[in-house]
Amino acid sequence: MDADGELLARVRAGEEAAFVALAARHHTAMLRLARSFVANTHVAEEVVQDTWLVVLRGLEGFEGRSTFRGWLFAILVNRARSTGEREHRSVAVADGRPAVSGSRFNAAGAWASPPRHWVEESEERMFAQGLAPSIDAALSALPSLQRDVVVLRDIDGLSGQEACEVLEISEANQRVLLHRARSRLRQTLEAEMGEV
Amino acid sequence: MKVLWRKDELPCREMVELITDYLEGALSRSQRRRFEAHLAGCEHCSEYLRQMRLTIEATGVLREQDLTADMQAEFGEIYRRWRSEDE
Repeated sequence: MDADGELLARVRAGEEAAFVALAARHHTAMLRLARSFVANTHVAEEVVQDTWLVVLRGLEGFEGRSTFRGWLFAILVNRARSTGEREHRSVAVADGRPAVSGSRFNAAGAWASPPRHWVEESEERMFAQGLAPSIDAALSALPSLQRDVVVLRDIDGLSGQEACEVLEISEANQRVLLHRARSRLRQTLEAEMGEV
Repeated sequence: MKVLWRKDELPCREMVELITDYLEGALSRSQRRRFEAHLAGCEHCSEYLRQMRLTIEATGVLREQDLTADMQAEFGEIYRRWRSEDE
């Protein structure tokens, strides 16, 4: 049984602390996703709370045909959409910008200004949570669909297929959005590590 | 210096755009072969791939942010509300 399944069993058995732990596990991703659809963080928090009440009420009927997190996020998106004050979300998949500025390649397309090595240095900072504020700010600056995809995939760990179902987008679009988002976030880390 | 590419060789500029498809296992077999052949001979693109993997890991760290005491109290309340509906 995975961590969600284990917590769900304890929730069903009446353990309040297990529910709080389950809510905490998904909170960052849920709040960020909800925030894409509604006007402010306060409303997003309400959407998250509403979602949990719907989930608890539906727990008996949840048969595990989808994964728990797929089910959870589908409910969240439904609630957020119906609450959504922001009717016209940007649906642009590609933002037209390359993963790396073209000026860093030569005419043949080989690196002219190659990436400096900073992986080891940033791993140390990452484990000390030192990079979290920059990633956090960069996520907020992403176009909403890019952010939604990367939040589901890389923060909450949904599979590509689960993310497609939750957001009602195609596999191909999901990959393009994920690519744009991850490329932007890498640029943020690169800038943070003091290059270009 | 002008670099001449073999016809089937991917330039670095294309490598950085194919990287997510590579990590997602979405490249065709022949694309994957070309991608890996380039990677084996290109230190910079190998570093770029490491940076993308690190970026994914660094984003995942956000998940571990703790709930505030207020939020914990609110979730406790939601749980008790649900339990009371059952009775």
